[in-house]
Amino acid sequence: MAHFNPSLLRRRRRNEVVLRSLGFGALALAALMLALLVGSLVSTGWQAFTQTHIRMEFPVTAERVKPDDIAKGNFRALVQDAMQAALPGLPAPEARKLAAMLSNAAQFRLRDAVLADPALIGRTVTLTVPVSDPYDQLAKGQIDRATPEANRRLKDTEVAAFDTLAAEGRVSQPLNWALLTNADSRFPELAGLRGALVGSFYALATCFLLAFPLGIGAAIYLEEFAPKNRLSDIIEININNLAAVPSVVFGLLALAVFLGWFGMPRSSPFVGGLTLALMTLPTIIIATRAALKAVPPSIREAALGIGASRQQVVFHHVLPLAMPGILTGTIIGLAQALGETAPLLLIGMNAFITASPATPFDASTALPTQIFLWADSPERGFAARTSAAILVLLAFLAAMNALAIFLRARFERKW
Amino acid sequence: MTLAAFLLLFLASLAGWAWNRRAAAALWRGGARLHSLPSYHGGTAALAVAVPGLALILVWLALQGAVIDWLLLASLPEAATAALEPGARALLQSEIASLARGQVFGTPEPWKLAAAAHLVALGQTSRALLLGAVALASGLALFAAHRRVAAAFRARQNVERILLGLMIGCALVAIFTTIGIVASLAVESARFFSMVPVTEFLFGTAWEPQIPIRADQVAGAGAFGWLPVILGTVVITAIAVGFAVPVGLLSAVYLNEFASPRLRAVAKPLLEMLAGIPTVVYGFFAVLTVAPALRGFAAGWGIEVAPNTALVAGGVMGIMLIPFIASFADDALAAVPRALRDGSLALGATRAETMTKVLIPAAIPGIAGGVLLAVSRAVGETMIVVMAAGLIARMTINPLDSVTTVTVQIVTLLIGDTSFDNPKTLAAFALGLMLFLVTLAINVLALRLVRKYREIYD
Repeated sequence: MAHFNPSLLRRRRRNEVVLRSLGFGALALAALMLALLVGSLVSTGWQAFTQTHIRMEFPVTAERVKPDDIAKGNFRALVQDAMQAALPGLPAPEARKLAAMLSNAAQFRLRDAVLADPALIGRTVTLTVPVSDPYDQLAKGQIDRATPEANRRLKDTEVAAFDTLAAEGRVSQPLNWALLTNADSRFPELAGLRGALVGSFYALATCFLLAFPLGIGAAIYLEEFAPKNRLSDIIEININNLAAVPSVVFGLLALAVFLGWFGMPRSSPFVGGLTLALMTLPTIIIATRAALKAVPPSIREAALGIGASRQQVVFHHVLPLAMPGILTGTIIGLAQALGETAPLLLIGMNAFITASPATPFDASTALPTQIFLWADSPERGFAARTSAAILVLLAFLAAMNALAIFLRARFERKW
Repeated sequence: MTLAAFLLLFLASLAGWAWNRRAAAALWRGGARLHSLPSYHGGTAALAVAVPGLALILVWLALQGAVIDWLLLASLPEAATAALEPGARALLQSEIASLARGQVFGTPEPWKLAAAAHLVALGQTSRALLLGAVALASGLALFAAHRRVAAAFRARQNVERILLGLMIGCALVAIFTTIGIVASLAVESARFFSMVPVTEFLFGTAWEPQIPIRADQVAGAGAFGWLPVILGTVVITAIAVGFAVPVGLLSAVYLNEFASPRLRAVAKPLLEMLAGIPTVVYGFFAVLTVAPALRGFAAGWGIEVAPNTALVAGGVMGIMLIPFIASFADDALAAVPRALRDGSLALGATRAETMTKVLIPAAIPGIAGGVLLAVSRAVGETMIVVMAAGLIARMTINPLDSVTTVTVQIVTLLIGDTSFDNPKTLAAFALGLMLFLVTLAINVLALRLVRKYREIYD
């Protein structure tokens, strides 16, 4: 019998502690990375959820806007007039130049207001309009007033003019609903996600309508009816491999086959959805097969025993019982599809489009490709918008996963 | 109009279902002994209308573009098309198509306007014909199905046979997807290799994908040797896997052996969250946070680093792979039979010794399979490297240098305008083919490992 050796025991205990703390450290590192990722997105993105607005009085004169042809009126000059009137302390040409403080949308808002009510000509219209990006940054403290004028995006006079207007109580910072309701724009203060949201919705709807029935059909066949032969083996291996094919390869497939050979419309959410359906199909098939397998054989045997056909057993008894599991797997598959970017880039869903698509066949972006587009934009304001768009995307993903968890907890039966 | 065809088909098949079901139910009420339930008679009619109708619409939609193009080309004045090359003809067609959509630039010749009007008319005719054809086919199928309603008709067998066929069709979609991938990649790659020799692609050490704009341009031909591209891929993959394997494996070990149930309940969803984040988000994280941090850190040490280093792209990809490896390792460790663990502990081994000397060796095939799948994920990962890695292919393995990867090149070559007649765009398909083959080989190996291992302990 070996002698008791305290130093050996100490070493063994020390090794135990080392492995344990290494494991905990690894887990903590993963958690830290997640926190860092979410933290950096929130810290850069939260500011894009508000947008600085400014209240201005626009004197609409018949000289600038002819009552018989309102659409051709010189609304740009009207905006400059308003700025000149708001800053009486400055020389007129300088004040007029400061009209750049207002977003490009100001003149169009004004035009729409006058078009809607021609009686406004000759009166003064008060509108609250978004300010352009540099002033938005200034109001949010992103532009440091202490930096020398030469290194700053706004000149001293511009900062002073903004401060004058702010002192008059014209400046406000409401919630930025335009982030969700506007389509894309070259101007950060006007850019929104509506086109991307609608595009993603159409793509996901197409994906669901195709992949859900196809996936369930394939899974039922493979799980319940397929004879054990070579073809079934090949299909099975094939599905497992498809699940691991890089997503960019599906993009190449879509580009060559859907766009090249079939001539489907480029950049359309329909083609995007078609591609995503092919990628989601293996996920749904695998989840459905697992759900079907989880239904106990006693259910099948009881149904067969009272004279149901094999298909009646499946469609009347097994499938309804497996449905919660199938839906959970499908939602998780769709959540993956929502975040998929590379295949959509290849079919051109990264186009710059300033209107949301009316049908699934119109050119459009999707949420992840819009994020990619904005991440590439040089304007400072787009950095915050990109983070904000990512937070919107993550919110959708979290909601979908929460729904899947809820379905699983609420409806899944343990046998 | 196409939507109307689908709607018509749906209504017709609904009508067929109701009509035949009522007819069968009437037979039953009349005292006949039906072989099948009335709903199966309804199902026969619905399927008899829907399946051929759907096939008709899909084939029509697939072919109508080509037929219309051919008719349009035949109707153009002889003088305008006779001398045109294929490229110029395609240009002419797209010009007419945009005229037909109402986008008129300048003053096109009158015959082009006439052709555009003709194109619009052809499209309308085609859609009207489709609607007519669907209506006719549905009607015929409806009446044919109705005539089969009889007490002895084996409607259930009929419906079940068709449903089984449809389900087999669903399962075959997966096969056709693979065939589609292989066919599209092979066809376009073959065209690429007819312009660039295979040996130059496989063994060339310069990757400068460009095409001469003028014929006499100096050094404009470009070079298509994929070695620097695959080297960059290997560097980034090695960094990613080298970061993710220890962290993921140790996390799995801790979760499996040491963590309290409460910590497990928190940590597992946390890892799943990390796994559920889209890769475009990781890419932005790399550009926004990690790259500036590394640059600042390196500047503090006086080291100059490239703006988009392999280290950043690989490291962030490693974060993405942590949950992937952790979940595979966790599954593999949990699948080791309890008897092995208990036996080791009963002999007096500590938990750490049980883990490193018994459980991990027993689980190694499963863990290796997971690592291989992670390698394949890293090789095929696109968005992180598109955003965080470089564009220029260099023969270097310095992680602080900027390298490019296969997926980056595929995306950059194909973003923007894509015409399939020059080596620059076709090169993307050759890269795609190589990517597909490499990941396929790794996946097959990994799945085989995982499955074999499962069989040992099942």
